[in-house]
Amino acid sequence: MNATTPPGAKAAEMSAHPQLAGRPRGRSASGGERGRRRGPTLRALTPWLFLLLPLGLLFLLTYLPAANLVYYSFTSWDGIDRTKELVGLSNYERLATDPEIYRVLLVSLYYFVGAFVQMAIALYFATLLSFQTRLANFFKGIIFFPYLINGVAIGFVFLYLFQPGGTLDLTLDALGLSRLSMQWLGDPDVVNVSLAGTSVWRYTGLNFVLFLGAIQSIPHELYEAAEIDGANRWHQFRFIIAPGIRRVVGLSFILAISGALAVFEIPYIMTGGANGSATFAIQTVKMAFTHHKVGLAAAMALVLLLIVLFVTWVQRRIFPDERVDLS
Amino acid sequence: MKQLTATSAKYVSLILAAVVSVLPLSVVLIASLKSKEEYARTGPFEAPENWLNLANFATAFTKGNMVTGFINTGIILSISLVGAILMGTMAAYALDRFAFRGRRAIYSLFLVASLIPAVIMQVATFQIIAGLGLFNTRGAAILLFTGTDVISIYIFLQFMASIPISLDEAATLDGANRWTIYWRIILPLLRPAIATVVIIKGIAIYNEFYIPFLYMPAANLGVISTSLFRFKGPYGAQWEVISAGTILVIVPTLLVFLFLQRFIYRGIVAGAVK
Repeated sequence: MNATTPPGAKAAEMSAHPQLAGRPRGRSASGGERGRRRGPTLRALTPWLFLLLPLGLLFLLTYLPAANLVYYSFTSWDGIDRTKELVGLSNYERLATDPEIYRVLLVSLYYFVGAFVQMAIALYFATLLSFQTRLANFFKGIIFFPYLINGVAIGFVFLYLFQPGGTLDLTLDALGLSRLSMQWLGDPDVVNVSLAGTSVWRYTGLNFVLFLGAIQSIPHELYEAAEIDGANRWHQFRFIIAPGIRRVVGLSFILAISGALAVFEIPYIMTGGANGSATFAIQTVKMAFTHHKVGLAAAMALVLLLIVLFVTWVQRRIFPDERVDLS
Repeated sequence: MKQLTATSAKYVSLILAAVVSVLPLSVVLIASLKSKEEYARTGPFEAPENWLNLANFATAFTKGNMVTGFINTGIILSISLVGAILMGTMAAYALDRFAFRGRRAIYSLFLVASLIPAVIMQVATFQIIAGLGLFNTRGAAILLFTGTDVISIYIFLQFMASIPISLDEAATLDGANRWTIYWRIILPLLRPAIATVVIIKGIAIYNEFYIPFLYMPAANLGVISTSLFRFKGPYGAQWEVISAGTILVIVPTLLVFLFLQRFIYRGIVAGAVK
């Protein structure tokens, strides 16, 4: 649902699940005793009783709909009709031949480039703030805070900013750059840049805090040792910070791909997908809930789903569950 | 000298970043404090005549249905947080304290589920929610937010690993069953982790737009996000009222951030960087 950092960002990072690797710990004594007392069936059943509700909800709200998605994608269902007519692969054929779909996929590129910019800015400021800085907490908070703001509020803030003759135009005037003023949201050639820019404003704080966290977890002695060896700031970045955060930066980068495809909130709230700003996700839900073509929408959703899962698989291949060892 | 230039370049860029962060928000705050006539007459950077002119906030609150929005968000937020914490802690307890076949597989199921873009899944989830008769009820949002997410499970798992197993064993010797151990020992000890999850998930629910937008279109079921979104129609040209609504939505987030910064950073980093 997020623009350039999907909710999966954190989840994928967690894939190492160290807790599970080392478990279970020595339970045998008490567990065995209990087992003899209560009988082996109940003992084997106990964890499942705890998992009953969480797993039940997981299946009801994720895996059952996912299975339905596959089924719907082979039908011409409108979402209301009692019967669902099977139409084979025709939804997929239509997707493959619809130029509109390719145009919508191209829109993702703007957000993908935006994600690059976002990570570069985040990396720059995370590096700056990892060295001694006055008011470090204040700057950290101010860079991070936009990430916490409600998406609709952000949408309105930027609709106001981008108005013709609005804050942005006046700021450009004041800087003597008035020739740069344009129809920020009205011009189909510019609208996606403006929206991707809004997305960068919203999500830079997240990358920044993640990078900063990674940098700060680098043992301090390394810098001191480097300084004794005569390393300057650039050397410290190049040989201490960069290797230390390679993993989190790499993961953020790969996740930006699936994030860019799933962009929804900012363009939906600000333009409703008008002026050529519709993204793949906007197009999918419009197909389902505005045009009542649930079958086609399901095929679109599945395509996106498969791309996201593929990207995640690639990510797991490139960044297996290893930890960068600095010492 | 070189050191000095580097230092000033550093602070110049930091100040620039602060301006870029704050400027878009501050012009909205300025607009929200102007009367309709004053808004039309003055530019976005001109200070309002009366810094305490709260008329637009009153309009947004009452006519703009923001009151309903805050009430509905409050109801949904509190019920789903209790649900999500019970689900998350139970799942984490089962995964952490038991050895059983399929433990890793179940963790992977939760993990994969979190990779799926939520918005597009609604194409199919909609039928489930409608089939349960929850369309146009708060139950739709509550159910969807209660559904376990891997981030909470992960935070609970991480914390649970630091609770010594000897506590469980001592309780077992005293005759406690597994439910008692979970309810009386683990759950209370998880309090710091629960606080983190409450804040992280609470902010996410407060900000969620599409789920209430799709499942709760009724006028009296607006939440914060959808109530504000509906300003687009009737107040389309009245930027001073829209601005007031926007500020009303941001202020609670700002307060939570100012008072709970530590928890927020910890929660975000805990979920992401090990």
